[in-house]
Amino acid sequence: MSRTRRPHWLALWGALLALAFLSPYVVMILGSLRTSTDVKTTPPSLLPRVWQWNTYATVLGDGRFPHWLTTSLLVSTGATIIVILISIPAAYITSRFRFPGRTAFLLLVLITQMFAPTSLVVGLYREFFELNMINTYGALILTNAAFNLAFAIWILHGFFSSIPTEVEEAATLDGLGRFGTLRRIMLPLTLPGLVTATIFTFIAAWNEYVVALTLMIDDAKKPLTVGFRTYVTGYEQHWDQLFAASVIAVVPVVVLFAVIEKHLVGGLTAGSVK
Amino acid sequence: MTQVATKAPAAVPPTRRRGRYSGVGRTHPLVALGWLAPALTLIVGVVLYPAIMLFQASRSRYSITGLRKGEAGWTNYAHVLTHPDLVVVLKNTLIWVVAVVVLTVLISLALAQLLVKDFPGRRVVRWAIIVPWAASLVITSQLFVLLYDYNYGLFNHVLMKIGLLSTPIDFLGDDRFTMASMVVVGVFVSLPFTIFVFIAGLNAIPDDVLEAAEVDGASPWQRWRAIILPLLRPALLVATVLNTIYVFNSFPIIYTLNDRNPGFTHDTTITFMYKLAFKSQEKDVGMSAAAGVINVLLILVVVAVYLKIVNWREETR
Repeated sequence: MSRTRRPHWLALWGALLALAFLSPYVVMILGSLRTSTDVKTTPPSLLPRVWQWNTYATVLGDGRFPHWLTTSLLVSTGATIIVILISIPAAYITSRFRFPGRTAFLLLVLITQMFAPTSLVVGLYREFFELNMINTYGALILTNAAFNLAFAIWILHGFFSSIPTEVEEAATLDGLGRFGTLRRIMLPLTLPGLVTATIFTFIAAWNEYVVALTLMIDDAKKPLTVGFRTYVTGYEQHWDQLFAASVIAVVPVVVLFAVIEKHLVGGLTAGSVK
Repeated sequence: MTQVATKAPAAVPPTRRRGRYSGVGRTHPLVALGWLAPALTLIVGVVLYPAIMLFQASRSRYSITGLRKGEAGWTNYAHVLTHPDLVVVLKNTLIWVVAVVVLTVLISLALAQLLVKDFPGRRVVRWAIIVPWAASLVITSQLFVLLYDYNYGLFNHVLMKIGLLSTPIDFLGDDRFTMASMVVVGVFVSLPFTIFVFIAGLNAIPDDVLEAAEVDGASPWQRWRAIILPLLRPALLVATVLNTIYVFNSFPIIYTLNDRNPGFTHDTTITFMYKLAFKSQEKDVGMSAAAGVINVLLILVVVAVYLKIVNWREETR
């Protein structure tokens, strides 16, 4: 897009926009620094009446929190790795070669995209119950991988298709086989697509709720999204701890995003290789 | 489908005229199967198989504790389809999906327009925008429950302070406001992903096209309407289809914000299904499974009709 002549006006709009998106989370951070009873007072105050700095230490020192964090990291990372490893060959072969069943496979992927784990939760529960996989990380990893696979294949398929075939032909002339061409030539060119699929899968798995709620009964094996809820129940209301835990949970995702954001922007539409 | 490159048929360079799939090879189906096997295994094992299990469950009778007690034929479907609250639930689903998707796409279009421009601090603004996407939906919903609160909520407090309200509004308890309050949260969390889809789409528009239009004397509105919008078509398609799927299947927002209200007055088909199995008087797994099957069919039909309308085949070649 062309450069604008008045960047300072835009910077002001940008700052207001950032503030609008962040404001609920500022309330969340402030909430983690007040006492639990201070969260519910009339009239509400924006700033804590008493600053309570040890909430984060309490949460991190709580025996359960490290378990929840481990589950979330394990499940999200595992699912993301599986999705990337599986979607690459599928996207490559369907974008570069024609064979009977290709259209059927792409249609199957499109249909898979429309299934959400939430709507299949009863079926998933029954399957993993029969496989004796209730309360296992494997069940959550497989579920998250399966339901994010379609998006990754879509994105990568578009990417591979946009790379000029001449690039590949040259590689073949140089004596690289199909696998070598994919690894040495195609993958580096699709880096933005891989990054997009990675962040998308990671966030989806990190925030998945309903399946984890149903499958992970053991308190120590719950992921963060489910574990959180035990802070505020009918019996005890530790709003401060809930908020502190939430702040900690957002950090890994925002860091991951900040590191790879540059590539993401190119990745959401199959990028043009110039 | 996600390709942004324009595919004007007349513009195919002569060097590429080597048959229909120039430069694209053919391969034996068994070889291809080798490359597809891991994906197929995962899809069949963890998406299709549970779908079959769900279907089986929908044709079974269950005790209130979730034990299977035998065949039920189609009675679970009959119970769902004759459920007194079904019409309300379907109406809520329609309002929810249409309102959230339309508002999200419109607002994202405008904001993406701003965020592709160069200005100091643009990267930081982009990082800030990611947060509602990165934060767990359960947590964001819980946060909004507090912000909306009748007694302790900041929204009421601020609106009264600046004189827009004289008495607080019960955003999540008053039937006139509940759906609108939920839609606000739905749009808020859907914006980040959609904005980034549009940023990517806008970035893919070549500068020289816009410059040519400017030289030809097109006004900013004409340029947007006649050049940018048509070239954004693939991004619009992706944003609309994916958002429709996600918003339709969205669970935590409605489940959390609507937690206080009894019955199904503000439920969509997804929370309706969940409550049938775990939270209602019925506690009926079979009926819930039937509702789940109906859900899947519903979204399949909606997306298929949409793709048909926008002629999806054109985009995939």
